[in-house]
Amino acid sequence: MFHRESGVFKTTYAADMALYPLPIAKWTVAVLAVLFVVVVPLAFHEYYLSILNLIFIAIVGALGLNILVGYTGQISLGHGAFMSVGAYTAANLAVRLDLPFWLTLPAGGLMAAAIGALVGIPSLRIKGLYLAIATLAGQLIIEWTINHVPAISGGAQASIQVERPSLFGISFNTQTHLYYFLLFFAVLAIVATLNLMRSRIGRAFIAVRDQDIAAEIIGIDIFRYKLLAFAISSFYAGVCGVLYTYYLGIANYEQFQLGVSIDYLAMIIIGGLGSVLGSIFGAVFVTLLPIVIRLLMENIGSLFFSDQELASVVSGLRLAAFGGLIIFFLIVEPEGLNRLWRNIRSYFRVWPFSY
Amino acid sequence: MTRFGKTWLGIAATTATLAIGGGQAFAQQKELVFGFQCDRTGPTATVGVNLCPGYHDYIALVNSKGGVEGFKIKVIEVDNEYKVPPAIEAHERFKKEGAVIEGLFGTPQTAALNKKLEEDKMVGTAPGFGTSNAADGKRFPFTFPIAASYWSQAGGAIQFAKDKLGGNLKGKKIAYLFYDNPAGKEPMPILEDLAKQEGFELRTFAVPAPGIEMGSQVLDITTRYKPDFIVMHLFGRAPSVAIKELKGKGYPLSKVVGFVWASAEADIVAAGGMGVAEGYNGIQFAGLGKDYQVLKDIEAMYKAQGKPVPKEMDSTAYYNRGVFIAAIHVEAVRNAIKAKGGAAPTSEDVKGGMESVKNFTLGGLVPPMQLSPEDHEGGGWVQIWTVKGGKLVKATEWFQGFRPVIQKQLAADASKS
Repeated sequence: MFHRESGVFKTTYAADMALYPLPIAKWTVAVLAVLFVVVVPLAFHEYYLSILNLIFIAIVGALGLNILVGYTGQISLGHGAFMSVGAYTAANLAVRLDLPFWLTLPAGGLMAAAIGALVGIPSLRIKGLYLAIATLAGQLIIEWTINHVPAISGGAQASIQVERPSLFGISFNTQTHLYYFLLFFAVLAIVATLNLMRSRIGRAFIAVRDQDIAAEIIGIDIFRYKLLAFAISSFYAGVCGVLYTYYLGIANYEQFQLGVSIDYLAMIIIGGLGSVLGSIFGAVFVTLLPIVIRLLMENIGSLFFSDQELASVVSGLRLAAFGGLIIFFLIVEPEGLNRLWRNIRSYFRVWPFSY
Repeated sequence: MTRFGKTWLGIAATTATLAIGGGQAFAQQKELVFGFQCDRTGPTATVGVNLCPGYHDYIALVNSKGGVEGFKIKVIEVDNEYKVPPAIEAHERFKKEGAVIEGLFGTPQTAALNKKLEEDKMVGTAPGFGTSNAADGKRFPFTFPIAASYWSQAGGAIQFAKDKLGGNLKGKKIAYLFYDNPAGKEPMPILEDLAKQEGFELRTFAVPAPGIEMGSQVLDITTRYKPDFIVMHLFGRAPSVAIKELKGKGYPLSKVVGFVWASAEADIVAAGGMGVAEGYNGIQFAGLGKDYQVLKDIEAMYKAQGKPVPKEMDSTAYYNRGVFIAAIHVEAVRNAIKAKGGAAPTSEDVKGGMESVKNFTLGGLVPPMQLSPEDHEGGGWVQIWTVKGGKLVKATEWFQGFRPVIQKQLAADASKS
């Protein structure tokens, strides 16, 4: 069961594109499925599940941004705003029309996709930093609109409370319930992205990223695929926003401001641009690192500081350590944690030989 | 894209590491855990760096005197950086460690946790944060603003303006300069109601984020609108910019009153010092200055330990608010322990304890609040302090501004949902 391939024996395109190139991959998926569906919820305290829940939400958002930035090569600083579009669409539908989550969730995603495609129009003319500024404008316009249109924001406080999602009479109101709810959508997002990227659309995205003029020459409709990339990416963002809304029980645009867009960019850059695994690593890393650093500091910090000093030292050190570690990882492996993981894996695959 | 399965190993490994790292031994006998969120870093760090030490110092003082009804207090502080995900993580952590009460920090964070508090039956306090309608204990059973909401502050500001302008606002002009976010817009319904009731003219001036550029708004106010009074509701760096700009245009600062996040020493110092801001008025929900027995006790505690008195104590607006929050927490827990006859309370018991906090003034640092199952705000008491002769002096005693108008608004808001 633990044997690996000894070379490349693929003779068909189908074999090359298979999701499970080796039997061991199938087994790993099965083991992980058992781990996450059965073992983790039973073995861990709700506190750890709540952290996983935040990670699941972040994974959906990071995957979306990676489709746009990593795979298609279009930069966006408006990811947070697209999340808020999804969040408010779903919240309004859930409150005003009393729709269940399985309708509001795709609706939120689709609305975000439409707005995202609109904000993506400048990408047809401009690239790089200029596009970053154009999408930044999108972020600010959306923020302003939500803040100033009571019909969207639901009043001066710009927050809309929603009921917990429920299915077949079961309300997802504990961290364990929400864990399954969010796990389902995180897995769905991962599988969808994996499949998207081995389809015609995914290959077109990669062609656009690598050289858009060349891509146009070989017959890829740049107009269509760039906007499609924005739409799909925003769809993920919208779904991420909806999940967030249901997770918190409230839609509030202050949770989706510019800083969030930057956080998600940080996730995919640290994790690895243009890879599904990288998005996951990035989401885990950015969500978990502050928590881990704080727990470490609380445990070992008392050796060096008194309790009162500790509180103020921990906060500062945590930020410094967070920034330092990001720089460290990017210097060690500029292509992100995903590449680091691959390097480690290929090292052990041929161990004890060097290649 | 090969080996999709491997994807999850990373998560599994990190989770396992976390489980080992996080599994601490805790909960000795006769110990109660308090959770406190704070923001020593992030956009509002100027508040947190002075407020949080105040909280810890008061708890340390209580512990040094034998704790509350025989229970020692252990505080777990989490710095949420004014971001929402860390605030959720913090709440879950407090829950795991068995906290009986939780201090929230930040308006979006409070909004995000309102529902969780109710589901988890955890008492959360949000003085100066969150939404004004959270004062309604029937709608938000586990959220306690415990301090004057923005609605009550608006009432207090207009009451103060009325007193300053000779007891009658008929035909007067009032400008409302606010930070253009939900919190900034929140007091508007109250101001509009009061404009109708008192017969003054109200005009609003929005300052977009990050609030450090307001030349045009101030020019508009001072040269075109020429109001009789200015009410301002700004955050972060914005208040100091506003004070400087208004001063530069020659508007008398004695006719300006700032809401609670625009009225600390730090804001005035950042505007150029007490000398520049002479006459400026600020609303407070906790007493200012050092002239309280409890602060002297904290100083004495430090001296007894042979340590220097912390410099954070000089920033009395924020430090005292930290002491204020801690004092209310301790008082609520004390009530809960008494109600249980000395047994360790649960967070649900603390809700009852919080709702019976009455006539607990800590020598004037805390307003004469009357918390009840209906009123989680405690009456919306404010005090106004004025910059005079290089320091902040008390301009009014504790008062409630236009309480009936605020209560009407609360009822109207409750009937909408």
